[in-house]
Amino acid sequence: MAEAHITVRNLTMAYGSFVLMRDLDFTVNHGDVFIIMGGSGCGKSTLLRHLIGLNEPAKGEILYADVNFTRADADTRESMLRRFGVLYQSGALWSSMTLAENIGLPLGEFTDLSPKAIREVASLKLSLVGLKGFEDYFPSQISGGMQKRAALARAMALDPDVLFFDEPSAGLDPISSHLLDQLILELRDSLGSTIVIVTHDLASIFAIGNNSVFLDAVTKTMIASGNPRELLDHNDDPRVQEFLRRGEKG
Amino acid sequence: MSEPGISTERDDGTLRVLLAGRWDMRTGIPPLDEIVNEIERQKPQQVTLHAESLGQWDSALLTFLTRLDDFCTENAVNIDSSGLPEGVRRLLALAEAVPERSGARTEAADESLPERIGRSTLSTWDGAREMVTFVGEATLSFGRLLTRRARFRWSDLLLFLQQAGIEALPIVTLISFLVGLILAFVGAVQLQQFGATIYVADLVGIAMVREMGAMMTGIVMAGRTGASYAAQLGSMKVTQEIDALRTMGIAPLDFLVLPRMLALMVMMPLLCLYADVVGILGGAAVGVGLLDLSPTAYYLQTNAAVSITDLVGGIFKAGVYGVLIALAGCLRGMQSGNSSSAVGEATTNAVVTSIIAIVSACGMFAVLFYILGI
Repeated sequence: MAEAHITVRNLTMAYGSFVLMRDLDFTVNHGDVFIIMGGSGCGKSTLLRHLIGLNEPAKGEILYADVNFTRADADTRESMLRRFGVLYQSGALWSSMTLAENIGLPLGEFTDLSPKAIREVASLKLSLVGLKGFEDYFPSQISGGMQKRAALARAMALDPDVLFFDEPSAGLDPISSHLLDQLILELRDSLGSTIVIVTHDLASIFAIGNNSVFLDAVTKTMIASGNPRELLDHNDDPRVQEFLRRGEKG
Repeated sequence: MSEPGISTERDDGTLRVLLAGRWDMRTGIPPLDEIVNEIERQKPQQVTLHAESLGQWDSALLTFLTRLDDFCTENAVNIDSSGLPEGVRRLLALAEAVPERSGARTEAADESLPERIGRSTLSTWDGAREMVTFVGEATLSFGRLLTRRARFRWSDLLLFLQQAGIEALPIVTLISFLVGLILAFVGAVQLQQFGATIYVADLVGIAMVREMGAMMTGIVMAGRTGASYAAQLGSMKVTQEIDALRTMGIAPLDFLVLPRMLALMVMMPLLCLYADVVGILGGAAVGVGLLDLSPTAYYLQTNAAVSITDLVGGIFKAGVYGVLIALAGCLRGMQSGNSSSAVGEATTNAVVTSIIAIVSACGMFAVLFYILGI
């Protein structure tokens, strides 16, 4: 299990000359539920964007298994991207397409499946997230929670090795958010995917995270990493304690 | 083994299905035919699944198993999946955990012709009502402006004036110069036959000032500014910015629509006047360059042909078109749905509505001016 899946080496993130975070070094193992945490605006989502190649590192590199993602040529990178599934914060379902078409688009582009088979796979993915029968709905016709689940179904379309979640519980009620957590764990266990989650929802962090990195906006670097529950018990840094205890000084 | 393999064995009343090899969506999902034939040939009591030599698998296997499961359920055959890997079993259980919501699938039913006619009649009626309501609300908002109770930012108005005015000059220049040029060409060919080429100046002058200046400016501004108003308000609606204004007690009509409407109302007449001049210059370019008229003669002829009433009439029309464009753009923007495709539709509708409104208004003005003898 403890095989490195994602390795981040000496990563510096910057917008132009404005440095957001520097010297990030951590490893995500196969099958981890890895949490990226930290206060608002510290660069969690930006780190996620670096991991999935939407932003380029100012310095340092990102490796998947042993392949260097940052230095990869366009073809290698594209084939690596197909092994990723990303659930964006607002779902980002294409509003002009039905749910089945949303899920079917990557399948149609990257597999040789017949339209009928694509539809079957799309139905299967929707039933995995509890949306059986909603194939022909447009995103605007279903509720926010359902949109999020449909977006997860789309993220899983190509059976990705790594699933990235940007604030999965944002805008969900506690019950839906708990169900989503369970779903994430279930998918990890049955598909063996690695999961990377950006969140500051403490309930989720402790319920499903088994590895994490803590970013600090003031020092502009990571100040802790490891299992969140162990961080709560053993980390002495007051900033980490304050975060993990909802503002009560540790 | 790289290909997905399916083989069957019979054991009394049991059909054993052996799954083998590597199942990959990229290479396709194997058909169910073989098993279907086998079951239909002699119906077993139960089907057991075995996966001893199964390699890597993904959703291809799951889809295949879902198909098999559906088929067996239809034919009342028991299916025993305890021989499958745990991950597969768990995912299949997850897929069945939430039953299909009854009624979720009925949407796609075809409507009959009377139903469709009825529905579109109702929606046309609703559309007309919304339009009238919007015009009414805009009028009230204009009333609030006159009594100085409308709440909007003057800096917004200045920005809109700039966008709808100075920034529109290049395209208005181009279009109206060319329209003047084209009118002169068309006229010149006919008038040359009578040796009356000097009347090209009358033709271009009257056509530009009375009709074409206002109309062409209107159509350019509908495509340029009306569309942008619809897109702005549409995306503000998607991001709930309009709701935010409403809950702050600021009327969106005052804050968003009024400055846009004022900007076009002020700028359209000015642009029209400008277009008239540029159009006449376009005509003069043909007259002087091609027909050997002297610039002075052309100027004097134009001056004699175009009356001040024509000019004022044209400019007045441009002001009305400005209000129509702003109303159409803002109405369609405010009516927009909450998705990116809805914003696109709103923009299209805005341009279509403004052009229809401009052309209809132009027709009405023609009749009105005729009756009034202008």
